[in-house]
Amino acid sequence: MRRYVCEACGYVYDPAKGDPDNGIAPGTPFERLGDDWLCPECGLTKESFVPQEE
Amino acid sequence: MVTELVKGVYWVGVVDWDLRHFHGHGLSTHRGSTYNAYLIVDEKNVLVDTVWSPFAERLMENISRVIDPAKLDYVVASHAEVDHSGGLPAVMAVAPQATVLASRRGVESVEGHYHRPWKFQAVKTGDRLPIGSSDLVFVEAPMLHWPDSMFTYLTGRNVLMPNDAFGQHYATPFRFNDEVDQHELFEEALKYYANILTPFSALVAKKIDEVLAFGLPVDMIAPSHGVIWRRDPLQIVRRYQEWAAQKPERRAAVIYDTMWGGTRSMAEAVGRGLAAEGVPHRLFHLAVSDRNDVLAEIFRSRAVIVGSPTMNNGVLSSVAPILEDLRGLKFRNKIGAAFGSFGWSGEAVKVIEGHLAKCDIPVVAGGVSAKWRPRPADLAACEEMGRTVARAIADGPAA
Repeated sequence: MRRYVCEACGYVYDPAKGDPDNGIAPGTPFERLGDDWLCPECGLTKESFVPQEE
Repeated sequence: MVTELVKGVYWVGVVDWDLRHFHGHGLSTHRGSTYNAYLIVDEKNVLVDTVWSPFAERLMENISRVIDPAKLDYVVASHAEVDHSGGLPAVMAVAPQATVLASRRGVESVEGHYHRPWKFQAVKTGDRLPIGSSDLVFVEAPMLHWPDSMFTYLTGRNVLMPNDAFGQHYATPFRFNDEVDQHELFEEALKYYANILTPFSALVAKKIDEVLAFGLPVDMIAPSHGVIWRRDPLQIVRRYQEWAAQKPERRAAVIYDTMWGGTRSMAEAVGRGLAAEGVPHRLFHLAVSDRNDVLAEIFRSRAVIVGSPTMNNGVLSSVAPILEDLRGLKFRNKIGAAFGSFGWSGEAVKVIEGHLAKCDIPVVAGGVSAKWRPRPADLAACEEMGRTVARAIADGPAA
């Protein structure tokens, strides 16, 4: 599963960890996050994320 | 000093004529600045933002000229950076009953700065708060330029208060855009955008579209620094759209440092080549130039040509900060080239080219390295570099 990085603030979404503070269980791929999910660091939408370069 | 902007809306901020450096010492402010706070007097009394903490007493005096500050009902904290939130402790000391309105992340960042148990209320985009004859409407603007950033719109008076967006570090005795020197105003507005907002350009463009889609009439744009946009207020929005598109002008910035003049003579030769092809440009000796002015010039220029002698197997240390800024500010649609003199080893040009590549700035002319003091052939190569870059500018997208 790919990690995604918020281009604005640099937060990295790691699917292995999920985002438990916002109800996203570990193991949830980025593509399965709802459109209402926001970057937990800066509040931007999924659109501001790009796949992290390997 | 207090200015009534429209009926019931007062500027209660402070003009800081003395300020020469901002963000600590990170940003030069040759023309000082203002910290704009706005007082709205209606059935509810609302303060939108405060001032930098050294000026808190002046803010309280200004509010007192209009109302008893103890009668404030709401304080909007658009952004926790201390030049806007620094007056909160003074305000909340006399109006402890007031509710602090902020974005969700603003509630966290304001609490994170002041550690006080104030009464907070989180607001989100589209929330509307009636205050009597008009409403406050909020628009979250995350990363413009902090996660907490938020715009506030006042219905009826049609005033948009976008905090740091559309601001300028510009102290003047006047409050409105139509009262000041237009060249100075736009020089400061561009410098502010280039040095602070460039990395968030994609968000700027989207946020402007989002706000315009609300179809709200805008008679006044009242930012947190500098003058208020009253005459043709949307002109600064259009400028931001242009700047966010990052279509630089057909000009070049030649930036260099030099120890004994060798690399300077190369910079001047590059400039002769650019001039021969009619490309306007400026040379900046980085060791004696203001970094933020240089960055503003790079922002508007299509080409950035960097020169450094080799020192300790790398570049002169005065060149390094601007290379780091080129990366962090994420300038787009630039082209570049590198040059420099050396005595032995001669790594500087390769170091610069490697850095330009990391910044996605394609190198469009072969680097020129000159051993010891540049010879006529070296200077001719630099002139040719100038002409090559000039032709690449001409071939590129028009501004």
